[in-house]
Amino acid sequence: MKALSPLEEIPIFTTQIKAFINWTRKNALWPLPFGTACCGIEYMAVVGAHYDVSRFGAEVVRFSPRQSDLLIVAGTITEKMAPVLRNIYEQMPEPKWVLSMGVCASSGGFYRAYHTVQGIESIVPVDIYVPGCPPTPEAVIQGIIRLQEKIQRGDTPQQRLLAKKKAAELTAGDQVKDPIE
Amino acid sequence: MEYQFQLVTQLKEALGDGVIQHHEKTQNPNEICLTVKPTDIRKLAEFLKQSKNFKFMMDIASVHYPEREKSLEAVYQFFNLDQNKRVRVKIPHREGEKIQSITPVYRAANWFEREAFDMMGIQFEGHPNLTRILCHHQFKGHALRKDYPARGNQVCNTPEPFTFPPLAMDPEDDIVTTQRMTINLGPSHPATHGTFRWFCELEGETITRAKTEIGYLHRCFEKMCETHKYNQIIPYTDRLNYCSAPMNNSGFCRAVEQLLGIEVPERAQYIRVILNELSRVIDHFVCIGTTAVDMGALSTFWYCFKQRENVYTLFEKLCGNRMLTSITRVGGVFGDLDDNWKRECLAVVKGIRETVDEVDGLLSNNKIWLNRMRDTGVVSAEAAIDYGYTGPCLRASGVAYDIRKLEPYWFYDTFDFEVPTQKEGDNFARYKQRIDEQRQSLRIVEQALAKIPNGPTQVNDPLIVLPPKHEVYSNIEALMNHFMLIINGVKPPKGDIYSYTEAANGELGFYIVSDGTGYPYRVKVRAPCFPIYSSFEEVVQGGLIADAVATLGQMNVIAGELDR
Repeated sequence: MKALSPLEEIPIFTTQIKAFINWTRKNALWPLPFGTACCGIEYMAVVGAHYDVSRFGAEVVRFSPRQSDLLIVAGTITEKMAPVLRNIYEQMPEPKWVLSMGVCASSGGFYRAYHTVQGIESIVPVDIYVPGCPPTPEAVIQGIIRLQEKIQRGDTPQQRLLAKKKAAELTAGDQVKDPIE
Repeated sequence: MEYQFQLVTQLKEALGDGVIQHHEKTQNPNEICLTVKPTDIRKLAEFLKQSKNFKFMMDIASVHYPEREKSLEAVYQFFNLDQNKRVRVKIPHREGEKIQSITPVYRAANWFEREAFDMMGIQFEGHPNLTRILCHHQFKGHALRKDYPARGNQVCNTPEPFTFPPLAMDPEDDIVTTQRMTINLGPSHPATHGTFRWFCELEGETITRAKTEIGYLHRCFEKMCETHKYNQIIPYTDRLNYCSAPMNNSGFCRAVEQLLGIEVPERAQYIRVILNELSRVIDHFVCIGTTAVDMGALSTFWYCFKQRENVYTLFEKLCGNRMLTSITRVGGVFGDLDDNWKRECLAVVKGIRETVDEVDGLLSNNKIWLNRMRDTGVVSAEAAIDYGYTGPCLRASGVAYDIRKLEPYWFYDTFDFEVPTQKEGDNFARYKQRIDEQRQSLRIVEQALAKIPNGPTQVNDPLIVLPPKHEVYSNIEALMNHFMLIINGVKPPKGDIYSYTEAANGELGFYIVSDGTGYPYRVKVRAPCFPIYSSFEEVVQGGLIADAVATLGQMNVIAGELDR
């Protein structure tokens, strides 16, 4: 057999480095399950053997905000819990995303009441809303896939913010060029 | 009613004539309702506990009647297990008047009194720590008062700070050996399964003092009940103990049915039994599986959740939703099961039985599991009763209290099953208790599937249940009945009731006050894990912090039910 040169052996794709970075980011989401209520139990089923979210590269559940980049808010957020949620979001390293699982997290759901936050968008920025009470595991997986599409496009507020910061640095006359962003 | 009159006479003899202001019968033949003054309750509670064997203090509810002169009312439930008697004590009082605290008599009263203070502003004299328990610390006002708006949100901008009061220390003690460390666990901690927060003061790894804080999932169930009609409340009840939703549904519906004075058809009762026992099994699976994860046994979790998925598939076929089924209605159940479902259910039961054996085999003789669970979180029978334990946790301490046997409802007396008990009262006993109960529940499901009769699944009363859809679309009378029931709702007669069923965690009680309209005037849930969790601070004291995680898991505290 004819020995191949290294270039012939490895198929080569050309792409933008930005797209490559986004591709790696979207396939290695490390979720932090902020499970407070019924949706938290249903999220266990998402991770469980039957639905197995690891097929979509989002199974490395981390309970430390320092180690995660996807905050899954699964369950009702009460006024008492709100400062805690904000605190945890701020502890996560950038870029980070938020998936709001279920109607309670998205809008307060049918708890139109004195101790329930009427939607977590008043506390943290949300990238994907998954409706349902609780959403089926399939719906959660679909939400994760949609989020991955957004990350691939570089279309999430976090990524836009990072790009903006970078652009501001460049226009300020900073000559150091970072090839990644 | 013989016993009740004797009791009133004895109370009058022992405590003086003026104490019992009023007494009356209730719907429950084993129960009597007394009215006393705020200053007499401790005397009464002491007498009931010591002389009349009312060892359990089940619940303290609170009601607000703004139009009355004595606008606040506290409602106590006492229970005598040996004779199966209950006493309901009402204390109507004016705003600002203080009720004697019964915390020195019943330890269970501690959290219940705090809750009544938080929700309704009832003042208890002599309570060790009368602070808010469910609402956040910056909350103003009392949420369940009738004049408090349902949408009166108040923002909380910082979590409640907490420090233990300093210990009196000898200045000559060595600082290294006496130094304690305070750590905060939760409210977002993997071992707390949701929303509990506790503080521990540690000496090495031993907990010297502990303090729990709850209310992180207080989503105003009771206020929502007052703004919705009876049938609209059913989806809310699902979300109390979300691991076994059908049990809450049927418990609530049973309370309303008792208030209405109706009996649901036999087939509906059998369907409720089947759903309830299946939910009991999966609730115990979730409890065992998640505790095992915390102890490091991940594979058990997969075994448990596999069967849980199978049961959820069954629920989805019957009810349309996997988890929060809402299939029960006041007056029966919505929908019906067919032969195919019965066959599938039998197959699932067979599979579950194998899994229970597998889990039993994986854990019961596992050395690590035994070392972690034996002799940790021990609760004696006396302490369990005093704290108001019910359900598997109480039976694991050796008290065979099961409402299904003591006061059978829905044909539970016709099924052949046993009430298993353990003696030790430790975490291992609680685990073993759950495994044994699962086996009994599976027996009940099989018998119910074999015996289920044909017939309607809802009562035939247009004022209580909606007419079938095909009639609504084809006949004017059914259309009008449908219309009227949707507009007005089910209207139980005036009165109040405390109704209880055996849920997965213990006695699930609903205290409902009806004013004759379609909306309940007040609904108070006696959540079984509320009193159980109130003992947590004391149970974990002196143990290792790692064992506290096992204790929390085996108490099976469900935040939705605890905080409501």
